[in-house]
Amino acid sequence: MSVPVRRRSAAIVGGVAAALLLAACGGSGSGDNTTSAAPSSTNTDPACADYASYGSYPGTKVTIFTSILPPEQQKFESSWAQFEKCTGIDVVYEGSDQFEAQLPTRIQGGNAPDIAFIPQPGLLQKLVQQGGPKAAPQTVAANVDQFWNPAWKAYGTVNDTFYAAPLGSNMKSFVWYSPKVFAEKGYEVPTTWDAMFQLSDKMAADGIKPWCGGIESGGATGWPATDWIEQLVLRQQGGDVYDQWISHEVLFASPQIQEAFTTLEGWMRNPKYANAGFGDTKTIATTAFQDAGKPILSAKCGMLQQASFYAAQWPSFKKDVTIAEDGDIFAFYLPQIKADIPTPIVGGGEFVTAFADRPEVQAFQAYLSSDTFATLKVAAGGWVSANSGVPLETYTDPISQLSAKYLTDANATFRFDASDLMPAQVGAGSFWKEMTAFFAENKSVQATTEAIDASWPS
Amino acid sequence: MSVETPGVAAKLEEAMLAPEADHSGMSSALRRNLSSPWATAFVIILTILWTIPTLGLLITSLRPSELASDTGWWTVITNPVFTLQNYSEVISGGDTIPGGIAPYFINSFVISIPAALIPLTLALMAAYALAWVPFKFSNAIFLGIFALQVVPLQMALLPLLQLYNLGWFGLPSLKEMVQAIPVLGTWVWPAGGTSFVPMWISHTMFALPLAIFLLHNFISQLPRDLFEAARVDGASHFLIFRRIVLPLSVPAIASFAIFQFLWVWNDLLVALTFAGGTVATAPVTVYLSAIKGTYGAQLHLITAGAFIAIIIPLIVFFSLQRFFVRGLLAGSVKG
Repeated sequence: MSVPVRRRSAAIVGGVAAALLLAACGGSGSGDNTTSAAPSSTNTDPACADYASYGSYPGTKVTIFTSILPPEQQKFESSWAQFEKCTGIDVVYEGSDQFEAQLPTRIQGGNAPDIAFIPQPGLLQKLVQQGGPKAAPQTVAANVDQFWNPAWKAYGTVNDTFYAAPLGSNMKSFVWYSPKVFAEKGYEVPTTWDAMFQLSDKMAADGIKPWCGGIESGGATGWPATDWIEQLVLRQQGGDVYDQWISHEVLFASPQIQEAFTTLEGWMRNPKYANAGFGDTKTIATTAFQDAGKPILSAKCGMLQQASFYAAQWPSFKKDVTIAEDGDIFAFYLPQIKADIPTPIVGGGEFVTAFADRPEVQAFQAYLSSDTFATLKVAAGGWVSANSGVPLETYTDPISQLSAKYLTDANATFRFDASDLMPAQVGAGSFWKEMTAFFAENKSVQATTEAIDASWPS
Repeated sequence: MSVETPGVAAKLEEAMLAPEADHSGMSSALRRNLSSPWATAFVIILTILWTIPTLGLLITSLRPSELASDTGWWTVITNPVFTLQNYSEVISGGDTIPGGIAPYFINSFVISIPAALIPLTLALMAAYALAWVPFKFSNAIFLGIFALQVVPLQMALLPLLQLYNLGWFGLPSLKEMVQAIPVLGTWVWPAGGTSFVPMWISHTMFALPLAIFLLHNFISQLPRDLFEAARVDGASHFLIFRRIVLPLSVPAIASFAIFQFLWVWNDLLVALTFAGGTVATAPVTVYLSAIKGTYGAQLHLITAGAFIAIIIPLIVFFSLQRFFVRGLLAGSVKG
């Protein structure tokens, strides 16, 4: 499942109204030439030198629709402010927590935005089949070839046509822990899978339950558990089987995927290990994913497998929490299992999809896929791009820096969150539900995997 | 032609008094039933129970953000700390919210007032025609309109959006037609922007069946003598409508106006679909749902915003409430 960013909350925009009103009032004057007060983008401004290649489109407008809301919105707007000034394009930002429901409605209703940030490649595929998205211009493709791990381009491609360049990214292969507690107890951050479980046994012997987890998430309950399975499949079977699993050439009930379920059974469903701070392993199904890490701060729980965006959650438990390698909280990379599958990484991200091919829209697409934009946006903080053109020192916080280090690693085995790529009936339906049952009812591996297979649309 | 003939004037007066007489008879019976001590106690308890959540919201809106997110509102009893910071943040904007509430508040007015007046006007005329102008199939038409109430408005969202933006059957869309109006067109509906026009039209469509039904029931119960006397005196339909129906229907008109205004003011779905989320057209409900932001509930800000948004419905309700109960009873029970 996907990034919480997309399901939290709602909407709206900056100072567009004033601009609209001004432009409108200008038009209602005497009927003569009223090309409104577009900034006369003289390229004499030295700050605009970097933007000259995008061209000049005074008086034009590009609308964006996204599920990303304030305070992230302000950071986006500030990172393209200079672009707007130099090209004369007015970028109108609209965010909504109803994004997934509203976008298809708007497209079918003839009211599509110029650009949408789509967090699920599966949704992109569906939209392409229905018609609407426009192929990405050559400039965007060139940027993506230059700056991203090739796996990213594949997720923005449907039927051999490249549509959508990646925007932000998040790294899901993290384990959160407390460096303070580790130092006190003399625990070492594990770098191999076996070391991680030796550490778990050691913690259990010390009377600290090693793992906590929570998969409750309203209508999306179960998604964190699908992430656990994805981590295991990619680590145990590698990228090819992972891809075949997504296309259902490898069934859930096949031995390869069942191996991941069995490993999870001995890990998160092991009463010796979980659910620290909450109760027995059944409580994993009823604990909100947002709350799952709380016991780590009070040393009641050792570790939590959760994505990089969980960093935003810690300050709500403790106001002045420090997230750093020597602070209250930090994360380590969930170790690889097999030597021949190097640095497996499960991640997510948004894709810039255009529904118009006007030159100003394409210019903006090109800008969003550039290293200039990514660097500016990263500097605004709390955001990670898999764009390798961003210097690592641009990242202001250690967890983003660590995420970027893995996400831009050209040798890593990167795969997108599988449940976001499976058909919605499974990826946003039975997979979630069955994982919830797996914990809530102690459902067997055989029964769980067969039930998910049975729900796969033919 | 004058309507100030003694005959009609007398009847009018009589009719205006008559409902009062009816009313007092009924209400005295009601009063007897409701004035037993048990009933009073029950009503008081119910009122308190129903008000507690609202009280909780009010208190939360006045607490500092940290306390509001960490502790329940009832802890104010032991730890009374209040601030107006949340209100000033919602009014003037801050880092975590999309600007101040003011433009959205104005948008809500621009949407709600026409979206209440237009269906009211149309429904009044339609209700009069269906009730007092004899023509073929008038009953069938009324039944058809009545039946339309069962159609959920969600079903109409997509077709309407297509009508507004793409046009049906190859005909020009509403957008093209509006924008074709010289000078005004692109002011009302800027190219590439959103407009209030679809909101007004959609809310009008969704409101009409219930409006016509309610007003028809009321208007058809007006005394027949009045209309006959007026017609004998030579009054036209328009004159009857203006001088007899309108003044006598004030309770029904007011109650429907409140209904419709509140419904439109509180609407989120129609606004999200047709007005979008930009500050140019989005109403205050869209703003409230946006306050939560990327990182989840900002309880202190949402409650403050909600209380600002609630002011207008409260003013409307309290200023028109004396019509409200009367109008409701008149539309449904009477007869």
